[in-house]
Amino acid sequence: MNFTKSSYGEMLLNNRILAIIFLFLVTVGMSYGAKNLYFDNDYRAFFGKTNPQLEAFERLQKTYTKIDNVQFAVEPDPGSDASSVQILAAIEELTELAWQIPYSLRVDSISNYQHTEVDEDDLLVEDLYGYAEELTEQELKDIRAIITTEPSIIGRIHDPAHRSTAVTATVQLPGKDPMEVVEVVEAARVLKETIERNHEVTLRLGGIALFNNAFLEASENDMMTLMPAMYIVILIVTYLLIRSIYATAVVVLIIVPSITVAMGFGGWIGVGLTPPSASAPTVITTLAVADSIHFLVTMFQRMNAGHSQRDSIIYSLSVNGKPIFLTSITTAVGFLSLNFSDSPPFHDLGNITAAGVMAAWLFSIMLLPILMSFVTVKPKETLGALNKCMAIIGEFISSKYKAVLLVSMLVSVLITAAITRNEINDDFLKYFDEDITFRSDTDWISQNLTGLNQIQFDMQSKMPNGISEPQFLNKLETFSNWARNHEVVTNVQSITDVFKRLNKDLNGGDEQFYKIPESRELSAQYLLLYELSLPFGLDLNNQIDIDKSSTQVIVTIDDLTTNQIKAWIKEAETFLESELGMDAVAAGPTVMFSYIAERNIEGMLWGTLYAVLIISGIILIALKDVRLGLLSLVPNLLPAALAFGVWGLFVGQVNMAVAVVTGMALGVIVDDSVHFLTKYQLARKNEKLSAERAVVSAFSGVGTALLVTTIILVAGFAILAQSSFGLNSAMASLTAIALFMALVADLTILPALLILLDRKMNKSNAQENVVTA
Amino acid sequence: MKFMQIIIIALISCLFAANVYASDGRGLEIATELDVRDNGFGDTTSTMTMTLFDQYGNSTSRKIRNRTLEGTDEGDLSLVIFDTPADVKGTAFLSHTKRSGSDDQWLYLPALKRVKRIASSNQAGPFMGSEFAYEDISSQELEKYTYKYLRNEAYNGLDCFVVEYDPVDRKSGYSKQIVWIDTKEYRSHKIEFYDRKESLLKTLEYKGYSQYNDKFWRADVLEMENHQTGKRTVLEFDDWKFQTGLTAKDFNKKSLKKVR
Repeated sequence: MNFTKSSYGEMLLNNRILAIIFLFLVTVGMSYGAKNLYFDNDYRAFFGKTNPQLEAFERLQKTYTKIDNVQFAVEPDPGSDASSVQILAAIEELTELAWQIPYSLRVDSISNYQHTEVDEDDLLVEDLYGYAEELTEQELKDIRAIITTEPSIIGRIHDPAHRSTAVTATVQLPGKDPMEVVEVVEAARVLKETIERNHEVTLRLGGIALFNNAFLEASENDMMTLMPAMYIVILIVTYLLIRSIYATAVVVLIIVPSITVAMGFGGWIGVGLTPPSASAPTVITTLAVADSIHFLVTMFQRMNAGHSQRDSIIYSLSVNGKPIFLTSITTAVGFLSLNFSDSPPFHDLGNITAAGVMAAWLFSIMLLPILMSFVTVKPKETLGALNKCMAIIGEFISSKYKAVLLVSMLVSVLITAAITRNEINDDFLKYFDEDITFRSDTDWISQNLTGLNQIQFDMQSKMPNGISEPQFLNKLETFSNWARNHEVVTNVQSITDVFKRLNKDLNGGDEQFYKIPESRELSAQYLLLYELSLPFGLDLNNQIDIDKSSTQVIVTIDDLTTNQIKAWIKEAETFLESELGMDAVAAGPTVMFSYIAERNIEGMLWGTLYAVLIISGIILIALKDVRLGLLSLVPNLLPAALAFGVWGLFVGQVNMAVAVVTGMALGVIVDDSVHFLTKYQLARKNEKLSAERAVVSAFSGVGTALLVTTIILVAGFAILAQSSFGLNSAMASLTAIALFMALVADLTILPALLILLDRKMNKSNAQENVVTA
Repeated sequence: MKFMQIIIIALISCLFAANVYASDGRGLEIATELDVRDNGFGDTTSTMTMTLFDQYGNSTSRKIRNRTLEGTDEGDLSLVIFDTPADVKGTAFLSHTKRSGSDDQWLYLPALKRVKRIASSNQAGPFMGSEFAYEDISSQELEKYTYKYLRNEAYNGLDCFVVEYDPVDRKSGYSKQIVWIDTKEYRSHKIEFYDRKESLLKTLEYKGYSQYNDKFWRADVLEMENHQTGKRTVLEFDDWKFQTGLTAKDFNKKSLKKVR
């Protein structure tokens, strides 16, 4: 045997202990970084530091009080309603106890709503009610009248039809420790239990704190359920394929350190785990197993042909060394393209996975051969039938290449046409599955109490104390009324309601005065009087800035798609600009999520382009053939388009995660065409076969391996598609479809194109020969 | 039998009372001494600049004049007159501090030309949007808190008593205040305010003490920092005058309208 080309394999097997020590040091050194990992459970993590919507929102949050909150919504028992004495009592106790929630700044409910009343020259500002059980019928009637009409209450903390009522605790997290959110949520859950025990009510929890916590729970959920499922699939498929328990165990020994090295790498570069980056281990498992499969299949094939185990290992290394390296590099490049995304969690996913893929490469070409050399395994013929099947398909395709091309083009055109049926919708609350309590609770709240989308407008008078100016207040009033006229708007929180109420109260309760005060001095002095009368925590700092030059109007909107919300925002901003001459821009989480997909797609267009260029460049260098390299673009780029088409046909709604799919999937997809084309080239050049025969040879040579690795990859991403986090599942579903499409394209369009191209070349060559003759 | 019952009830109520007025002797002694040392100031006037800072460091100022008359049997009487911002110029705030219960408060609104009584028991809200609550700057009557001596500690080079003040008013925004009082002159130097969930909410620092009439100490600067929101308010006092001849007539509802 001549092993000149496989001297690496020889060298490796002769220095097993040294290699193992080296790998051990690398693994421990890298994995040690995992100590730096933490869960980043702040939805703001999804926005880059320079995201303009995030900047606008942060500015707003610094000017006014933050809107991070916990919402306790009361679900009355059937037959009772949210204004019953029992529920009023429950709300009263809950309001009192909610002040104990860690980091709470204020608590709002109907019980501590600051009701104003006037008795001659006395202005009384106090809680709407106290001691609910002792309220008289008349008092109850008065309370009900207020909670069904007061604009700052209805559609925000109380449903005018009494379907629900809520206590909202605003929290200001110091942001020093990711566990702060967990602390708040745990306190809220304990409080919920206490109230449910003391009163006959059911509480549902919503709000930003719960939203943030849901990220953490989704990540944990995924890690608990998806990873084990992934391992089971890998073990079953690998075993069915190679029928060796030892080899299957070795595959696991390759995957595990690949993951720990990758996660450790994430720790070293300071990643905070979010559901996308927490899914990296699942993705790495899927990708890492392919390298091992290629190596083991070749090794067993060689052993079946009668070679020794050691020779087969060395042979497999020499044959697979280059393609495994190439496919690992292209996969890593594809994942690195995620750095062009506007959303940092996808950078993390890309970087961790790229590191994992390269670690898997290292372990596959070093640890795997060494581990296989320690134990004697028996080869088993298992895939003979499949190999034969592949050869038959190859024959069929090469004989009917024109028809195959025609049909596949037709189908492709039809499917890709459906891409336009996709509508972008980043309804961020729907990122979570119905089986996460947060989702079902917020769904209920949005149906029975208030919309979940809050849009904040920073209304600036541009002069100190300018908010008392009647002209400015009238503009605010016009805008608030305009907003309230939209059916989708459930509540508008505007300081003008306070001014109107005070004006009426200080004019003896005369309804005629329920309007903006006539002079700036009146407004300013009313405000001073009112502020002096407010209790702890219920001040106006959440609505007015310190020099009283600006105020925020908060519009609450029903469940809408991203496009509808964007349209509404545009309409509102245009109204402010053209009708009122104000340049206030919308801000808040809803606004941020509404624009994230757009920004993500923009960034990923470049990312995908770079990935295509670099990956194509790698293929060109590897194949050393410009024509084949260009041809490979078709089966490499078409699958993503087809996947989006299929998605458009069957689902139709996409979120920001889809933007990253093309670049990411490309790195994985090219593996198939690289393997196929390498084999085709080999058949043409070394064995001097015709294009048709070379296609058949490629089919029988790598068809089975392609089918099996694709099955594993599709299974892996299909498992990830079960994630309870919408961004992960959308990304994984699309990738799984794209990978399947890639296999189909590589086994139909690619061979058909190869033959067609060959015919064309022959023809033009023949013509040239005629001319020169 | 009846006799025994009375004794038991008496004993129980003693226990109860002890619990309510949980001042320890030393804490109350220190607070009383602080109060006593300021006795006899008669009346004072001063001007004050209130500057509000947000997290960004943006600031805004307002100017206020203060007049205080020492109370005899009830608490002090005080009058606050707003000079800027222009739209509240001439607005005057009168308060009669009570030893127990809510203080009486009136506001004169020049734009409305009327005096309105603030008939609310809320005294924990922010004063003019600042980090000071009305309860922080109103006259500190002894009866408004119970006291616990904690320890002695050096603060800014002065030996200080550290005393816990627990507000009696249920509607107070605080669960407790920790006050640093120097042992020599009995002046407050620092107060830490804890909110209802016992988290540190604000810190107040007194700076630049001067002695007037050889007896009464007043700080020039009061700096309040809110640790939860990052906002800050600074009060700068000027022009302290003592015993200017103000009388109770200058502090009633009628006089409020004529205040200049």
